[in-house]
Amino acid sequence: MRELFSDELKKLHGRFMEMGINISEQIYQATSAFTQYDKKLAQQVIDDDQRTNSEEIFLEKEALKLIALQQPVASDFREIISILKASSDLERIGDHAVNIARETLNTSDQKNDVKIEKQIGKMAGDIRKMLEQVMDAYVNRDERQARKGAEKDLKIDQQYIDIRKAVTNAIESQETTAERGSSYLMIDRLLERIGDHIVNLCEWVVYNQSGKIVELNAGKISPELLQN
Amino acid sequence: MSSVITTEDVHLYYGETEALHGINLNFEKNEITALIGPSGCGKSTYLRCLNRMNDLIPNTTVTGSLKLNGQDIYSPNTDVVNLRKRVGMLFQQPNPFPLSVYENVVYGLRLEGVKDKQRLDERVETTLKQAAIWDEVKDSLHKSALAFSGGQQQRICVARVLAVEPDIILMDEPTSALDPISSAKIEDTLAAIRSDYTIIIVTHNMQQASRISDKTAFLLNGNLIEFDNTEKMFMRPDRQETSDYLNGKFG
Repeated sequence: MRELFSDELKKLHGRFMEMGINISEQIYQATSAFTQYDKKLAQQVIDDDQRTNSEEIFLEKEALKLIALQQPVASDFREIISILKASSDLERIGDHAVNIARETLNTSDQKNDVKIEKQIGKMAGDIRKMLEQVMDAYVNRDERQARKGAEKDLKIDQQYIDIRKAVTNAIESQETTAERGSSYLMIDRLLERIGDHIVNLCEWVVYNQSGKIVELNAGKISPELLQN
Repeated sequence: MSSVITTEDVHLYYGETEALHGINLNFEKNEITALIGPSGCGKSTYLRCLNRMNDLIPNTTVTGSLKLNGQDIYSPNTDVVNLRKRVGMLFQQPNPFPLSVYENVVYGLRLEGVKDKQRLDERVETTLKQAAIWDEVKDSLHKSALAFSGGQQQRICVARVLAVEPDIILMDEPTSALDPISSAKIEDTLAAIRSDYTIIIVTHNMQQASRISDKTAFLLNGNLIEFDNTEKMFMRPDRQETSDYLNGKFG
């Protein structure tokens, strides 16, 4: 029944998953490049972003075409809409990875703070895990897993606050330079934003499965949960 | 791409009334073209010009050029029976003959004088498979075709059309009398045979046009308003009338 449409939808799904995997890799490469002062790798992250951008455009075009020509309803409709919306979140995550890479290119070798960089590395790792979990939830059509994934953002937000404090202290005590310190703050912020976009992805999984538009960003709903 | 049918400045008159006001349309080999438009816009009338079905209606006059592979469809030398063999047709209401499934499918071949039992058997199996009905009728090939459901009858009719291997198949709202499941089966059948045939389909169902066709022609009041790739027609048509019609604002 309507085999052509099912095939097209599967293809769209596959391309979306592929984009998610690539983005996870980009977050890893961008933060590694930063902590290791690897300008070559940073440049590669920037170059690879072209692929992410064209992938998003491809997904948008395909999704719009399927909506216009196949007029899907119910679960097929939600699936296409969730991919359409989620792909733009993935694209924004890719942009943030590029900004991290740019920061790497802009800083010259300054006095670095091993402890802070370890914290940043951990935060990036947690974010990747969160992204992989939501992509799994997407494949498994698992609303519960998506909701659980979104809860992890609270920890990311806490890490953001903790790193910010640590950086301020390190600058004050001159353990790091103001220049390197401001890079840390920037990257801390970018990673935190990536976490928010991953929460959006979780919300689209929930929409795909249940048709409900939900707000899962705990930091937004109850900021008092975060310790300043 | 090569056009199988080319038509230029086609006018059709029912007595004094002009129903088609000069239609120019070409149909490419192995493509599905959908003709859409509100009731009375002339899409069925135009379709029926292509295999001279309008000849059966008294007082009709067709002018302009209509060619099948370069040959004039309306030339006095054209053998109409042969024309309709090359340009097969499927109607809104399934119209199997009151014969067995088998005899329905081989009807055209018998007219041609084919007697070889093996060849007939082969054609029956091949075309019923192409029409996605084989599994449902293979054990009752000698049962009357009228004993089957509307959707099944329509697919038997598809097999009957395919049996004589036409170049072109005209379809006049082939699924409007069928339920959604049967319609979807017919659509899958079209998708399966599209690479071997050139199909022109009149449909009131815009979703059907968008799902299955390569090109879409929009007719209104006997005029061709717009003709383009289906994707373009449904996503960014040039004419406001097309957009309004597709969005159900009139018709």
